[in-house]
Amino acid sequence: MALPPLDSHRWHGPLRAFAWGLSSVTRTVLTLVLFATYLGVGALAHDTHFSLGWVLASTILVWAGPAQIILISTLSSGATIIQAALAVTVSAIRLLPMVASVLPMLRGPKTRRRELVLASHFIAVTLWVECFRLLPQVPRERRLAFVFGLGIGLVSICLLANVIGYTLAGSLPPIFAAAMLLLTPLAFLLSTARNCRELSDILALVLGLALFPVIGLLHTGVDILISGMTAGTIAFAVHWWRERA
Amino acid sequence: MSDFIGDWHALFVLVIAGFLPNEIWRLAGFWLGAGVDEGSDLLVWVRAVATAILAGVIAQIVVQPPGALATVPDLLRYGAVAAGFLAFMLTRRSIFAGVLFGELVMLAGKWWLG
Repeated sequence: MALPPLDSHRWHGPLRAFAWGLSSVTRTVLTLVLFATYLGVGALAHDTHFSLGWVLASTILVWAGPAQIILISTLSSGATIIQAALAVTVSAIRLLPMVASVLPMLRGPKTRRRELVLASHFIAVTLWVECFRLLPQVPRERRLAFVFGLGIGLVSICLLANVIGYTLAGSLPPIFAAAMLLLTPLAFLLSTARNCRELSDILALVLGLALFPVIGLLHTGVDILISGMTAGTIAFAVHWWRERA
Repeated sequence: MSDFIGDWHALFVLVIAGFLPNEIWRLAGFWLGAGVDEGSDLLVWVRAVATAILAGVIAQIVVQPPGALATVPDLLRYGAVAAGFLAFMLTRRSIFAGVLFGELVMLAGKWWLG
């Protein structure tokens, strides 16, 4: 089912926009990807002796799949809290440009600051990708309510997946763990590729993929940041030069 | 391990090593995004960097695979992702088709290799 047209009365009121956001979990295949990923996070938490309550709290508080996998695996391998915090901090850098690029789409003349801060908590890869796809179909004054609906819908589905994964852990075939881990790069790659509209997006994606394996050889600890900043800046420079040529 | 998980200490660890490391970047993004206009050059740059960092995360998982994914041989991992991308392009950018086909190639390869 498609979203109503921008001028439809069905966008009337924030509650309706929230409901459209909530129901939009059925408008994206990424919901399935998240479900499988968080099934895996639940199973991983069980196998590494974390409590179910803890993993549910981590999904609500962290809300970033790769960060949760890193957190659980570093802590269970005996790393100190500081080492785990550092590993997670490095993995989470991508959230900065993601939030910064989505916020201007969410903001309206009457938007409250604390609502935007709360909305930014829901932003991770999935919501970043879906905001670029869905928000142009949502009236600006309803976008915040829509994102809260979509964000809460996705978190709820992932909490359910955590419970199922935690309960089923042990009876899942070993190949499932590998398949779950392969979901993340496949889904991230294809959803980013689908959202590529301008040359700068395509260049950033291709250069980012190509540069990391090279810069990764340096083992600086912030390889992703270096390759991302470099590839992103080159992509932007090409875009800037073409605009003015 | 299960001794401390579930008590206040476990929650403290979650906040310090899980919540805060993610939330500081979101807040930093909030500060940066608050002053940027939609359609400005700065935003194009920020978006390009976000895309490229994400590309780095993708490449890292494939090139330096974590946990169980490391049991899948290198060429099979690269092949599965390439096959998924090809299926995505051939189906007019269907993420579902691409993800499904990539996973199937990986599973079939694992099965075939034994």
